Amino acid sequence: MVKRKRFQAAAALGAALLLAVSACSQGSTTKQPEAGSSQSSGPAHIKIAYQQWGPGVVMKNFLTGVKSEYEAAHPGSQVEIVPVVASENDYYTKIQLMMRSPNTAPDIVYEDTFLINSDITAGYLRPLDDYIKNWDQWSQFEDTAKGAARGQDGKTYGIPDGTDTRALWYNKQIFQKAGLPADWHPKTWDDVLSAARTIKQKVPGVIPFNMYSGKPMGEASAMQGFEMLLYGTKDTLYNYDQKKWVVGSQGFKDSLNFVKTVFSEGLAPSPKDALSPNMGSKVGTELLPQQKLAIDLDGSWIYGNWLKSGAKPWPQWSTVLGQTAMPTQDGGGKGKVSLSGGWTWAIPAKSKNPDAAWDFIKTLQTQKNAAKYATDGAQIAVRKDVAADAAYKSSSASTQFFTDLVSVTVYRPALPEYPKVSNEIITAMESVMTGQSSPDDAAKNYDQAVEGIVGGKDKTTTQSTGQ
Amino acid sequence: MTTTVAPTAAATPSTGKRPRAAKLVRMLPLSPAIGLMLVFLAGPIIYCVYAAFTNMALTGTGAANVKFVGLENFRKAFSSSAFTNSIWLTLVFTLISAIIGQNTLGLGLSLLMRRSTKVVRNFVGTAVIGAWVLPEVVAAYLLSAFFNDDGTLNVMLHAVGLPGQDWLYGAPIIAVSLANIWRGTAFSMLVYSAALSEIPKEIEESAEMDGAGGWRRLAFVTLPMITRAIMTNLMLITLQTLSVFGLIYAMTRGGPGTKSQTLPLYMYEQAFSFSQIGYGTAIALVMLAIGAVFSLIYLRGLNSEAA
Repeated sequence: MVKRKRFQAAAALGAALLLAVSACSQGSTTKQPEAGSSQSSGPAHIKIAYQQWGPGVVMKNFLTGVKSEYEAAHPGSQVEIVPVVASENDYYTKIQLMMRSPNTAPDIVYEDTFLINSDITAGYLRPLDDYIKNWDQWSQFEDTAKGAARGQDGKTYGIPDGTDTRALWYNKQIFQKAGLPADWHPKTWDDVLSAARTIKQKVPGVIPFNMYSGKPMGEASAMQGFEMLLYGTKDTLYNYDQKKWVVGSQGFKDSLNFVKTVFSEGLAPSPKDALSPNMGSKVGTELLPQQKLAIDLDGSWIYGNWLKSGAKPWPQWSTVLGQTAMPTQDGGGKGKVSLSGGWTWAIPAKSKNPDAAWDFIKTLQTQKNAAKYATDGAQIAVRKDVAADAAYKSSSASTQFFTDLVSVTVYRPALPEYPKVSNEIITAMESVMTGQSSPDDAAKNYDQAVEGIVGGKDKTTTQSTGQ
Repeated sequence: MTTTVAPTAAATPSTGKRPRAAKLVRMLPLSPAIGLMLVFLAGPIIYCVYAAFTNMALTGTGAANVKFVGLENFRKAFSSSAFTNSIWLTLVFTLISAIIGQNTLGLGLSLLMRRSTKVVRNFVGTAVIGAWVLPEVVAAYLLSAFFNDDGTLNVMLHAVGLPGQDWLYGAPIIAVSLANIWRGTAFSMLVYSAALSEIPKEIEESAEMDGAGGWRRLAFVTLPMITRAIMTNLMLITLQTLSVFGLIYAMTRGGPGTKSQTLPLYMYEQAFSFSQIGYGTAIALVMLAIGAVFSLIYLRGLNSEAA
C-alpha cells in the first residue's frame, strides 16, 4: 500500500510537472543573436505564425497572396503559413511556447502590441534596428505606431501592420423602433444606459447593449470593455509622471459598477452567454447581422466580417448600423474616449532564418500589400501613404469615423507588467458580472494583486495624473 | 566427505558479501529502466520543486531571468482569495463526488449486483463500466448536454413537475461533482465486487442463522470484512478526484467566475493562461501536500485495521 501511495503521489506530481517542464527549456534566452549578420539570404524555409480568428480567412488569404509573390521573387524559397487557431489568451501561450525553443520557433510571428514588451523582456524577440536602418519604407510609418513596437531599451522589435480604434456601433432600425434618434450622440455613460433601458423596454427580444467582459474574451474584455470605461473617468491604469501603477481609484470602482449595472439589469447578454469564448465572433457574425443586438462597444475592424471576403457577408451593414464615440463618464475631458492597439510582425530570437524572415516582412509591407491588408482586414492604416490613399479612405463607410478617433485615442501602458495587470482586470470584471463580488471587493482584490505584480506598495500610487 | 564439507565451511564467512554482489549483478539489466525513471520521473519532480521557488514565467522578466524567490509563491497563494476559494472547491468536489458519491454508490451497486440475476448483473455492469471507459472529453461533452439549460436533466425534471435550473451556470460545482460520480463509480464498484466475492458464504450464512437481519449483517459482518478494500478504494478515488482536470475544464472551464475552479484548474490558469509557471508549480506542490494528507489518514485506517 505504501508503495502504491508513493507511486500515486509520484505519478500525480510527475504528470503535473511534465506539463510545466515541457514549457521550461530555459537555455540562453537572454542572449540576443545579432541581427543582419549575414548579408545574403539564399533559398530558405520560412515559417510564419499568426492567430486564426474564428471563421475569418482574411489574414490567411492575404498571407497566401504574399507567399506566392515572395516565392516567385525568391526561387527555391518556401514559406509555410502556420495558423494558430486559439482564443485570445491561448494564442499568446501557444506562440510563447513555440518561441522558447529553436526547434519550434517560427521565423515570423504576429504579435499583439500589448504583449510585445513582455515578450521583449522575456528575450523572445530579435531587435530589428540593423535591418530597419537600410529600409527606405520605415519613414512612411506613423510615429505612434513605431512607438508601439519599441522596447524599453529603445530598439524596435516589430513592424506594425495596422491599428484600430474603438467606439459604439448601434442599429438605427432598432433605435427607430424604440423611438430613439437615428443620429445618436450619447454625451455620458448615463445616456448610453438610458438608451439601453429604453430598448429593453420597447424592443423585447433584442439585446440592448454588449461590452466584452470576463476571462474567456481575454484582452478584448480588458481593453475594449473595461479600459474604454476607465479612460473616460478621471482615472487611469498607470501614472507616467511617477512611473507607478494606479490603485484604489474611484474610476476603477465606477467602471466596475457600470459592468455590474449592465449585467444585473439585463441590459447586456446573460453573463452565461457573455462568458462564451466565442462571443467575439458571435457578435460579428450573428448578433449584429441578425439584428439581435442594438448597441455594441466594439472595434473599428468589425465590419471586416461583413465584407464579401468576410465570414458573414452583409452588404446592408453600412445603412443599418451607425457609429458614435464612446462618451466619457460625465461628458468631461475630451468628451469621448477610444483605445488603440494593433499588431506587429516580429522575428523570434530563435528563428533560424532571420534574414529571409526580414525579406518576407518587407514583402508584407510594401505600399501595395499594406493597403490591401488595411482594406481587407478592416484596419486603420499606420503608413502615411496608405492613409492618404483615396481607395483606402473610401473603402468602408466607417473608415473616416474611426480614423478621426485617432485624435482622442489612448494606448495601453505598454510595459512588461501590463499583461498580468490585464489578467487581474478581467478577473475583477468576471467576478462582478457573475455577482460573485461587489465592485468594491473586486477593486480591492485588484489593488492587492497589482501590488504583488509590480513589487510592493511603493510601486503603486493612488494619483492618476500624468495620463 | 571432508572434501564436501570443506568448501561449505570456507564459503561461510563470505555469505554476507557474495549474494549482495550477485544481487547487484542481477539488478544490472534493470539499470536502463532505473535511469529512465530518474531522468523522466525524478528529474521533472525535482525541477518542479525548484520552479515552485522561482519567478519562472512564460513571458516578461520571469522568462529571461529566472530568479529564486524563496517562499514568495506560497505566501502569495495563501493570501489570495482565488486560491483559498479553489482549495475549498477542491475539498467540496472530492467530498461530494468521491468520498460520498462514488464510494457509496459503488458499494451499493456491488452489494445489489451480488444478489441479482446474471442478466441484470451484466446489464448494470456494462452500463456503469461504459461510463468509465469513455474518453474524458467525450464524457464531459455528453454531460454538458445532459446538464445544459435545455438538456436532458431539466427535461426530465420538468416532466415530473419539478423546476429545473441551469446546472452548469447556477450550480456548476454540483454539476461537475455529479458528472464525476457518473464517470468514476465503476472503479469503486469493481473494487468492492472483488472484495465481496472474497467473503466466504458460510460466515454470512451463519450470521443469518443466528438471526441477523439484512442491515445488521451488512454493518457487523460484511463491512468489517471489507474494511481494507474500503480504505484502499477511498484512497485511490480521493487521489484521482483531487487531480480531475479534463472533465471540469471541458464542462465549465472552472467558471462561471471561479465557481467551479478547483486547484488543478486554478493551477492551469495561472501557469498557462496567465503565464506564471513558478506560481503554478507552487500550487501543484500544495496539491501534492493535500493528496499526501489524505493518503496518511487512509493509511492510518489501514494500519490500525491490520494491527
